[in-house]
Amino acid sequence: MASLKNFHINFLGKRKLAMVFSLALLVISLGSLMTRGLSFGIDFTGGTLVEVTYQDTVAIDDVRDTLSSSGFEDAVVQYFGTAKDVMIRVPLKTDMKGAQVSEKIMLSLHEKQGEFVTDTDPVSKEQTCSADGQRQVCHVQMQRVEFVGPQVGDELANQGGLAMLYALFGILAYVAFRFEWRFAVGSVAALVHDVIITIGVFSVFQLEFTLTVLAALLAVIGYSLNDTIVVFDRIRENFRKMRKETPLNIMNTSINQTLPRTILTSLTTLLVLVSLFIFGGDIIHNFSIALILGVVIGTYSSIFIASPVVLSLGVSRDNLLKVKQEGGEETATP
Amino acid sequence: MNKYPLWKYLIILAVIIPGFIYALPNLYGEDPALQVSATRAAIIDDGTQQQITSALNESGISFSKLQKQENGIQLRFKDTDDQLKAKAVVENELGDKYTVALNLVPATPAWMDAIDGRPMYLGLDLRGGVHFLMEVDIEGAISNTEKRLVSDLRSGMREKKIRYLSVSSSKNDGILVVFPDIERRAQGLITVEDDFTSLSAKEIESDGKPALALKLTEAAKREISDSSVKQNMTALRNRINELGVAEPIVQQQGNNRIVVQLPGIQDTARAKEIIGRTATLEIMLVDEKNSGNIQAALEGRVPVGSRLYRDRRNSPILLKKGIVYSGNNIVDASAGIDSRNGSSVVHITLDARGASINQRVTGDNIGNRMAVVYVEQKSVIKKDEQGNVVIGENGLPARTKSRIEEVITAPVIRDQLGKRFQIEGLDSIKEARDLSLLLRAGALAAPIEIVEERTIGPSLGKENIRTGFLSVMYGLVAILVFMVFYYRVFGIVADIALVLNLVLMVAILSLFQATLTLPGVAGILLTVGMAVDANVLIFERIREELRNGVTPQAAIHSGYDKALSTIVDANITTLIAAIVLFNFGTGPIKGFAITLSIGILTSMFTAIMVSRGIVNKIYGGRQIKKLAI
Repeated sequence: MASLKNFHINFLGKRKLAMVFSLALLVISLGSLMTRGLSFGIDFTGGTLVEVTYQDTVAIDDVRDTLSSSGFEDAVVQYFGTAKDVMIRVPLKTDMKGAQVSEKIMLSLHEKQGEFVTDTDPVSKEQTCSADGQRQVCHVQMQRVEFVGPQVGDELANQGGLAMLYALFGILAYVAFRFEWRFAVGSVAALVHDVIITIGVFSVFQLEFTLTVLAALLAVIGYSLNDTIVVFDRIRENFRKMRKETPLNIMNTSINQTLPRTILTSLTTLLVLVSLFIFGGDIIHNFSIALILGVVIGTYSSIFIASPVVLSLGVSRDNLLKVKQEGGEETATP
Repeated sequence: MNKYPLWKYLIILAVIIPGFIYALPNLYGEDPALQVSATRAAIIDDGTQQQITSALNESGISFSKLQKQENGIQLRFKDTDDQLKAKAVVENELGDKYTVALNLVPATPAWMDAIDGRPMYLGLDLRGGVHFLMEVDIEGAISNTEKRLVSDLRSGMREKKIRYLSVSSSKNDGILVVFPDIERRAQGLITVEDDFTSLSAKEIESDGKPALALKLTEAAKREISDSSVKQNMTALRNRINELGVAEPIVQQQGNNRIVVQLPGIQDTARAKEIIGRTATLEIMLVDEKNSGNIQAALEGRVPVGSRLYRDRRNSPILLKKGIVYSGNNIVDASAGIDSRNGSSVVHITLDARGASINQRVTGDNIGNRMAVVYVEQKSVIKKDEQGNVVIGENGLPARTKSRIEEVITAPVIRDQLGKRFQIEGLDSIKEARDLSLLLRAGALAAPIEIVEERTIGPSLGKENIRTGFLSVMYGLVAILVFMVFYYRVFGIVADIALVLNLVLMVAILSLFQATLTLPGVAGILLTVGMAVDANVLIFERIREELRNGVTPQAAIHSGYDKALSTIVDANITTLIAAIVLFNFGTGPIKGFAITLSIGILTSMFTAIMVSRGIVNKIYGGRQIKKLAI
């Protein structure tokens, strides 16, 4: 059986090139974030989202006209999936109670079809309507409604930012405790790098940034760190074993030794994420995009960002020997 | 070398066997069921049960199981056809005091129920339904209280003959009482300190006149905030009953928010209408003079000046027209035990206006009964006999307005009553508690507003379950195949560990009834991807050792050993991120954090301990030349 083995790639020798590459990505990301911003979902902006499915294909303009004549001139209407599935977004309104917007939208869409909802069929789970005194399956089926009031939107945005900071701080503290502060700085630098670039991609392509995407980002932090820790662990071990080598060589060797694992784990994780992306449905589409991006960028950064930062902070054998006495005992038993 | 002591295998079995047992309930399907529950006033007892069974027997519909539950009766049926027919029959039999809801209940065998084995609890995004987040307007409740205190202060000082110039309340400055001179102010201060403990007073000058600036104390504000949230929750629960939802959730979130979850409901318009409805209480006198001839009233000869009502047991009762006072005058109602005879009672506190009316009216009516009537305005979309919506003249669905009126209690007045009194003669502390909740729910509650809504249509819920299941299956199969292809025998070991990890996760989710959401499914999938990481780390280490010329046995040993601290470090940092996510997240996000955290813990067990156990069984304690890795 073929396996990945015995890599001798001079990763750290290419750290200047990687630095330029990363800087370019960071500049593009930050630039896009500042000029284009993020396309925030209603989780953060507040507003109403309605997803409906028509029995037959429907023209977006028709839906838009129906909505504007009911007072929703500012509604954004688009297909999702097929030409039967329509997604409607309405920003927060001042003249109407937020929770009533979806009701009015559904009423006007049904009215356009000359029907009124009566109830839901308990077996087929379809909404039934009455039209011209006849009971029938509704032409427009409500699939999903989300309304987020202004109170909640702001709060979620604040909490989300805070959560990100807490996670980074917690990790910084743990890595500093288990390794050394230079390693903590290196891993957090890699995490910030990953998060900024992932958000950057969402900004450049104006992908919708929702609450679940934020959750995915936090998972990315966890994942990317996983990778970094595995490399750091090996560096620590090799600092003890290879007494005569320079830090640069030790780090290069460590990255090469862990490379098969880094590639394999990224591969298996990507396998499930691609499965999620293809089969998981549209609600978690952007969620899986964020995770896929995060895994790819996280794998790259654990090699090209985390270790070079530690190196440039001037790590030496002495820094780690102290730690060995505290926490490295368990590996010493034969 | 590489042999596990027996106790380690026993530990593995001790985890895995219960794991399989508690994951098992998820394999059984669901039975169609009916959930019968009472609306506010009605009671469910053996009689109700009798009524249901005989009605179903008459119509020739058989049910497979009847179960009494905390707040109702559950009936199971063989198929949805029976279930739907039975719903019509039971509804017809019981009338509108009871709600009959369609439900799907887990069809787990009795022995599993006995050990609390239940399938995973699906979130609304998987089963369909409505989620509301409602915010209670605490400011509004506080300003309502201040308005009430203003009138209480006026009558309080009038009673004590303390002359004042004005009592007023403003939004930010609390209550201002202006007195003609300093002596009166001093008397006023004593009254406030004695009778109005919820206020803190400060002596000030207002336009050159001595005055008292009164503010609600922090403790009083907290109490208002607590009780207005509780009050609203009670009111919401009562109204939601009417929607006929099988397993509604009404929960407090944070200081002033209430989460309402209604699984299986799609008619959000109706849900909002019912939730937003306001209920009031009206206190009226019983027409004792004509009560002897209630039969005449039932036949339509209602005495002038009286009206016919129904009480909780549906018996008729004649009340004198004219409201004595309303639920707005009730400040508080709480259940308690009478210290004299140990019976259950409800303590009621009225505001000043209510108290003075109460004093006058009860004084004149000792020996008579006083009825508390629950009133709710109802507006329903009109439907014709075929169930079609009737369209009104304006082109919109027509609505019928009606009033629900029910006598919830009618105690005898024993004495002249005032501000505080109690209702005695209740059968149990539970009844007392129910009554006090009803009394409070009808009282003036703080305004409430929907600040978040998430509705998932039933077909989308079904679709989400399907896509979630598919993505886990495909992801899992892809990894299983890959691992066998890449690590051969060791790949099979990792695969067994991976599947066990999935079983354990499902078992833990089922056992603790944590809510499984769609992002939660993504979390399961992500841990499947990451769980193999531990095995990859170990196996790569073993290969490395083999390349360095170590014997196979030693390679296995040091592979597991050296990878351990790395695995622990890597998993703990991910766990930190998951815990932060859990604390910050709401609803679906929390679901993701839960499955991620559980997955990290179970995967450490299966990937390290279980896989080592299997490897030791295969290779341990014998001579081997080559490893299939």
